[in-house]
Amino acid sequence: MRRVVITGAGTINPLGHDVASTLTAMCEGRCGIGPLDIPLIDRLTVRIGAQVRGYDETAHFDRPQLSLYDRFTQFALLSAQEAVEQSGLSFDGALSERAGVVVGTSGGGLNTQDDNYRAVYEAGKDRVHPFVVPKLMNSAAAAHISIRHNLRGPSFTVSSACASSNHAMGQALALIRAGMADAMLTGGSEAMLCFGGVKAWEGLRVMSKTGCRPFSADRDGMVQGEGAGIFVFEEREHAMRRGAAILAEVAGFAMSSDAADIVAPSRDGAARALAGAMRDAGVAPDNVGYINAHGTGTTANDRTECAAVMEVFGPHAPQVAISSTKSMHGHLIGGTGAVELLACILALRDGVIAPTIGHRRADPDCALDVVPNVAREADVGVALSNAFAFGGMNAVIALRRA
Amino acid sequence: MADEIRQRVIEIIAEQALVDVSDVSMDQSPADLGIDSMGLVESIFALEESFDIQIPFNANDPQAGDFDISTVASIIGAVEGLVAAQRS
Repeated sequence: MRRVVITGAGTINPLGHDVASTLTAMCEGRCGIGPLDIPLIDRLTVRIGAQVRGYDETAHFDRPQLSLYDRFTQFALLSAQEAVEQSGLSFDGALSERAGVVVGTSGGGLNTQDDNYRAVYEAGKDRVHPFVVPKLMNSAAAAHISIRHNLRGPSFTVSSACASSNHAMGQALALIRAGMADAMLTGGSEAMLCFGGVKAWEGLRVMSKTGCRPFSADRDGMVQGEGAGIFVFEEREHAMRRGAAILAEVAGFAMSSDAADIVAPSRDGAARALAGAMRDAGVAPDNVGYINAHGTGTTANDRTECAAVMEVFGPHAPQVAISSTKSMHGHLIGGTGAVELLACILALRDGVIAPTIGHRRADPDCALDVVPNVAREADVGVALSNAFAFGGMNAVIALRRA
Repeated sequence: MADEIRQRVIEIIAEQALVDVSDVSMDQSPADLGIDSMGLVESIFALEESFDIQIPFNANDPQAGDFDISTVASIIGAVEGLVAAQRS
């Protein structure tokens, strides 16, 4: 079977505007969550979030571009640029037809929708900008990455709520394995921190007003974030022939569905995705040194996720380090798996396990090594990244050290 | 007034539980009535809309906070309290 490696990574998220600063923040256990700075904040009851701060869109894009690029497209384009530069690939000639892009997103151009609904309903305007549709469509980020980098093979968007990024990267892996492409840009992007985006989550009553404390007995919910992560997935022989630096191998992937409840997670569904990814990668529990948890900080997720890990890892479960970096960058919804894959690369390549910060008190329902508060050095050969979404859609990726 | 609140709360709970109003008794918990966690969130929303009140409720820990949701009677009492506070 054709093997797939990662030869480039890029990101912009609440912890940093590139990969290096993000990994530094993860090592330091820095928190990107704070008071939300968005219009109409006084009409929200949830007033914290993990925003991309210090970001000026006009420093990166000109006016014609900004009329087409929603914030989620901007984040995806900036991340893709960093990833492509690191990979050293240029998509011209034959490679361009063998290269594509799969981006995960849940809300797509939600800021654009929010702004324009406000314009027509609240401000009573009868006319909107001509590019509202191409700006808000969920496929806009993938399309603009394809256009910018001349990727002329398969391009599309995957949307499975909080598992969108992992499902997207799984599709990119499958396309290269199947011989349908040699290189794929893939990951996810999300920008939902606008009034409508936060208001909708607020309604669900699962949001914390105090912070994201996964696995801590005093946790009280999730915190929304925003941002993107994009990677260059490349067929291994292709990468080796050109002497590319390899960040990690994408060794396995599995998806499962709970087929049960629209919001409540299931141990069985999560366990089958975990076990499936390990089977696909050909690894046993004692090969796995790190799990980047879905770890939302809700009561239901963290308890169910830990039970699934215990079921799959059995007696080895206490030996596996499992952390939730959402404690630092918040829940990037459709973009979250991509940013969390960076923590897996950090563990494999740099030997550092990012912590679960904000952890105050052990929860007997989460009796695993959750790497509380402080990063740790470790020799990790295989890392897993979990995503368990609303809708009962689960996707787990296995990375192996290059 | 108190009767009106009691009647409306029972109607909302009965609707959520898919039972007749006459089948709701004061000592039942939402769980007794077959209301799951999402049903509870919907009930809270319906109560807020109906009485124009803000109910402190976090689905991660429904027992936390000042709003006592343990029985139908306690929910009625808590709504009465919030409605009174709203008017004062």
